[in-house]
Amino acid sequence: MDVKDIIKPENIAYKKTDVLTDNIMHYCPGCTHGVIHKTIAEVIEEMDIQDKTIGVSPVGCSVLAYNYLDIDWQQAAHGRAPALATAAKRLMPEKYVFTYQGDGDLASIGTAEIMHACNRGENIVVFFVNNAIYGMTGGQMAPTTLVGQKTSTSPYGRDVELNGHPLRITELIAQLPGTSYVTRQSAETPGAVRKLKKAVRKAFENTAQRKGTSFVEIVGTCASGWKLSPVKSNEWMKENMFPYYPLGVMKDE
Amino acid sequence: MAKIKGAITVDTEGCKGCGLCVVACPTNVIGLAREVNGKGYNYAYMEQADKCIGCSSCGLVCPDSVITVYKVKMNA
Amino acid sequence: MGELRLMKGNEVIAEAAIRVGVDGYFGYPITPQSEVLETLMARQPWEETGMVVLQAESEVAAINMVYGGASCGKKVMTSSSSPGMSLKMEGVTYLAGAELPCLLVNVVRGGPGLGTIQPAQSDYFQAVKGGGHGDYKLIVLAPNSVQEMHDFVGLGFDLSFKYLNPAMILTDGMIGQMMEKVELADFKPRWTEEEIVKMSGSWATTGKTADRDRNISTSLELQSEKQEVFNHKLQAKYESIQENEVRYEKFMCDDAEYLFVAYGSSSRICQKAVEIAREKGIKVGLLRPITLFPFPNKQINEMADQVKGILSVEMSAGQMVEDVKLAVNCRVPVEHYGRFGGMIPSPDEIVEALEQKIIGG
Repeated sequence: MDVKDIIKPENIAYKKTDVLTDNIMHYCPGCTHGVIHKTIAEVIEEMDIQDKTIGVSPVGCSVLAYNYLDIDWQQAAHGRAPALATAAKRLMPEKYVFTYQGDGDLASIGTAEIMHACNRGENIVVFFVNNAIYGMTGGQMAPTTLVGQKTSTSPYGRDVELNGHPLRITELIAQLPGTSYVTRQSAETPGAVRKLKKAVRKAFENTAQRKGTSFVEIVGTCASGWKLSPVKSNEWMKENMFPYYPLGVMKDE
Repeated sequence: MAKIKGAITVDTEGCKGCGLCVVACPTNVIGLAREVNGKGYNYAYMEQADKCIGCSSCGLVCPDSVITVYKVKMNA
Repeated sequence: MGELRLMKGNEVIAEAAIRVGVDGYFGYPITPQSEVLETLMARQPWEETGMVVLQAESEVAAINMVYGGASCGKKVMTSSSSPGMSLKMEGVTYLAGAELPCLLVNVVRGGPGLGTIQPAQSDYFQAVKGGGHGDYKLIVLAPNSVQEMHDFVGLGFDLSFKYLNPAMILTDGMIGQMMEKVELADFKPRWTEEEIVKMSGSWATTGKTADRDRNISTSLELQSEKQEVFNHKLQAKYESIQENEVRYEKFMCDDAEYLFVAYGSSSRICQKAVEIAREKGIKVGLLRPITLFPFPNKQINEMADQVKGILSVEMSAGQMVEDVKLAVNCRVPVEHYGRFGGMIPSPDEIVEALEQKIIGG
């Protein structure tokens, strides 16, 4: 059978969801944000909640997430997304509200906001993208940067004496009674993306059932910040990130 | 026995040539072109079209959602 | 006539919020404004009107909740006092930059730093000149009675939605803690989702429906050319506010040879000072700016045609006096008299300052 006979609309097995816009993403080649955006968009399409979903974007690389998912968005100040989402959800309880935050945004400057939103059990979804570096500002050390990892503000490697320990904030979040679902996922293989998608769907469904906060961490890569190719970045992530940030469900109530 | 044949199309101007699809493909269908697109990226393409099984692995891992996957079941 | 009650200034802010159909209040305790949050929590308006009331984890979180709520086209507000308002300034500039309506209440106390819990007017610059970063302005209302504390909640929201700009009630610990008779407004229902979509559908993040593009609440524009155009748009809006929304009050100005300019608490003390001075044969009047932005430049300038000198009386080291001087443009002497750090001037002190700094000066 010829290729041109296969490439027909009726044979489509996988295509870009309409919840993604046609804008070409500003992210660097291989950036995990693209995969996560797409996965969230696919779930929104499958649940048919495009008209009921409000996203809150952070400060960092994904500040411009509002250019890519065709839903209503609020763009928060650095770290404050959970506060915006708290108000949006309480004022519009029938809507689906999620925050999308990086490690600097959520685990450094926004620690108070995320802890208290989760502790109040806000019925929101939190997507926490952990790539152990500040991408947008040019590769500085993040709260989740690994010990010994080189960044532009830890040029000789993260030193515990100087910088403290990498923060496993998701483990802290899981302790809070306000959270109902806490999981750490990744998106580097087809299998991982499928698992991530299930987690994203569960998180959205939980908020509709008013179960409390659903928190999905995604360990991702930053090829530019790590100064590796996208493929090598995935290898580095598996070798170095996964042992310190083990994947899996921490809480499901 | 039913045999599955697949194919992909790539939005070459949107592709950034990251190569994640190349690694994800279980049957080594995809390669990066020697030519570059308008942004200077070596875009992904079906290098060995006959091997494609339409599994969508490439589509799932593509950060830029530029891959469309097609699949047909053929009765041998 | 509406319901009459004897109430504290801070309490009436809460009561008025419920009555004008506010959707959400997000606050954090700080003296001397905690009664706003306390009154709301005791009143439980969520049972009555569905209004959301939340004690946030910080002033920073509270103002960002306001940002989130305002983005949904809802009537949302927060209140605080000076140190807390400083923390809110990040959110305030984002709200101004995203052109979102909301009401802020600053029950000012003496500073700088943790300062004192007693009343002051030393946050004028922060309220009127910015406070946060970037070229923006707030609509600033300065009540001088418990009745105006009540009335300006409704007025603040009206102006804020008219211009899609944050509005602030700039008051102080004296008016916040003071009890007076107040006539309360009748209850207005909160807006329905349909009303919000009809009124604010072009910008409110209520969920993207098939009939419109997505709405994005943001203050980010990375292209400088576009950011400059946006800033021009903001400036044009501020000019329009200056043109149309100046509010002020004159007291015994018709035959005045001298003038006090004072707002809020100071204006009440100045009313007494006018009476004392007139008993002594000094013909002095009072011009009270009710809106601090927009400032009554024209009206003060006109008074410079009539009077020999102007005394700006503030509970600060001299902030509004700069705007009075700009309005007068050196045509007559303008001086400042103030007590600060939580101290309140007496009417006699003010008359003495007028005699020394203006009449004898």
